[in-house]
Amino acid sequence: MTVEQADMKLDGNAIGGLLAEIFNMEMTTAEGTCGGCGTVNAVGRVDVYINAPGTVVRCPACGQVLMRIVHGRGRYWIDLSGMRCLELVEPG
Amino acid sequence: MAFISRGFKGRRRDPDSSSRVPPGQHTVNDFPVLSAGPTPRVDLAKWTFTINGEIDQPKTWTWDQFKSLPTEQITVDIHCVTKWSKLDTAWTGVSVDTLMEGVETAAEYVVAFSDGGYTTNMPLDEITDHKAWVVYEYAGSPLHPEHGGPVRLLVPHLYLWKSAKWVRGLTLKNADEPGFWESNGYNNHGDPWREERYWGD
Amino acid sequence: MARGTVLGRLGWRIGEVAEITAETPKVSSVAIDVPDWPGHLAGQHVDVRLTADDGYQAQRSYSIASAPEDRRVTITVERLDDGEVSPYLVGELRSKDKIELRGPIGGFFVWRAPGDRPLLLIAGGSGVVPLMAMIRHRAAAHDRTPVRLLYSSRAFEDVIYREELERLAAADPTLDVRHTLTRSHPDGWRGYARRLDRQMIDDVAWPAQPAPAVFICGPTSFVEAAATLLVDHGYDPGGIKTERFGATGG
Repeated sequence: MTVEQADMKLDGNAIGGLLAEIFNMEMTTAEGTCGGCGTVNAVGRVDVYINAPGTVVRCPACGQVLMRIVHGRGRYWIDLSGMRCLELVEPG
Repeated sequence: MAFISRGFKGRRRDPDSSSRVPPGQHTVNDFPVLSAGPTPRVDLAKWTFTINGEIDQPKTWTWDQFKSLPTEQITVDIHCVTKWSKLDTAWTGVSVDTLMEGVETAAEYVVAFSDGGYTTNMPLDEITDHKAWVVYEYAGSPLHPEHGGPVRLLVPHLYLWKSAKWVRGLTLKNADEPGFWESNGYNNHGDPWREERYWGD
Repeated sequence: MARGTVLGRLGWRIGEVAEITAETPKVSSVAIDVPDWPGHLAGQHVDVRLTADDGYQAQRSYSIASAPEDRRVTITVERLDDGEVSPYLVGELRSKDKIELRGPIGGFFVWRAPGDRPLLLIAGGSGVVPLMAMIRHRAAAHDRTPVRLLYSSRAFEDVIYREELERLAAADPTLDVRHTLTRSHPDGWRGYARRLDRQMIDDVAWPAQPAPAVFICGPTSFVEAAATLLVDHGYDPGGIKTERFGATGG
């Protein structure tokens, strides 16, 4: 893999804006449990690919897809089924 | 009035007045790399391409066997749903018709599957009859991993997400099964000329 | 109706460019006056959106370089030659131009004074930007949490904020700045002159206990290498916060 390809993987910080747009909350501190391997990670820590037809979020431990987000024609399509649970702290 | 950033032009976008450019697309001179996950590492010694599913006997080729199949050089235009189109891209590969030779099946659909777990679905007749290839060279050189090498599917008449990178085979199916993007907002068919980008288009 | 003005809903706002300062040949800081800016935390970023007259839009994220105590929102941008947004921000944009942005964004990669443990900051290239916001915030808050910055750049002329860092460190013995230059270095250079490695981490990193707060920012490959070295050095992975800047930026 070239250096550039390796650098295409970002982390949940890169989708802080997108997630706030959808969920109306700061989400990078939300903790997600991977439905595949059970690892718990803050969204700020998970692997994110934004350079695709949509956004793909993967577990850094096992690579399983945690979230898929597609945004087009005024709609969002969101798949969170790769996460067993998402824990959020009440805002304010 | 919408806010305009003074002096911002963006990447050079050729106006899509050409009849070769589908609606909503613009042409590019580079070849953007899009990826939904890490680039798979492939060991060619263990690599296989398989046709399975609704077939009496699955067909499998090793890398050497695959490379010995009759190949074609084709030049086609490709269209990505993210709005870029690239004209006159040159590929070398094996026609899906060649791979399907001798296959008897009642299946009407196919799912292409790749290293890394990616899938995409089509009616079988969208990849037969000279409409699709399994390619291993781009512009005269071995297909680079970031563009799907060693081998990717190429279905130029549909949006490029159907041209599965790192493809490892085709599963023949009686029922349509939406793939990775088709199950999450992207159009099940994906015809760029009808701008079939999303669900409901 | 303008969104984002009430209840913290993240919406797009229009700011006005107050000042553009060249930091290095390829990097400039853009100071923006943003009406009703709600304030931010050191480490957060903004999304910037550019719109061409045919409606085409491009959007990128930029870390906020300014301290929360500063009334302006400053971003520091590296111009990538084949980039789409950065050549506009560093090259075309002028004082008094309007710019559309939203923020502040992020809650994971933030540091707030007062600190309660030693702080280790590791920067690769333009990854120094959010860490500089932390250093500026710490200085503005008169916080004396011991902090070390290990900053990797390609060459001497690429070091962003070099003089300001020198000045801050000279005035504050609890701020320790170490540089490494990976491609070339000037004669008489006394900093490191190689990529991050185990020896450098062993020299620079705080002891693993009591657990420091760690922030690493830069290209993905740099961040992963640095985090691995720290874990090898004995740090708990959970205490290391990272923010990856991709090659996709620009």
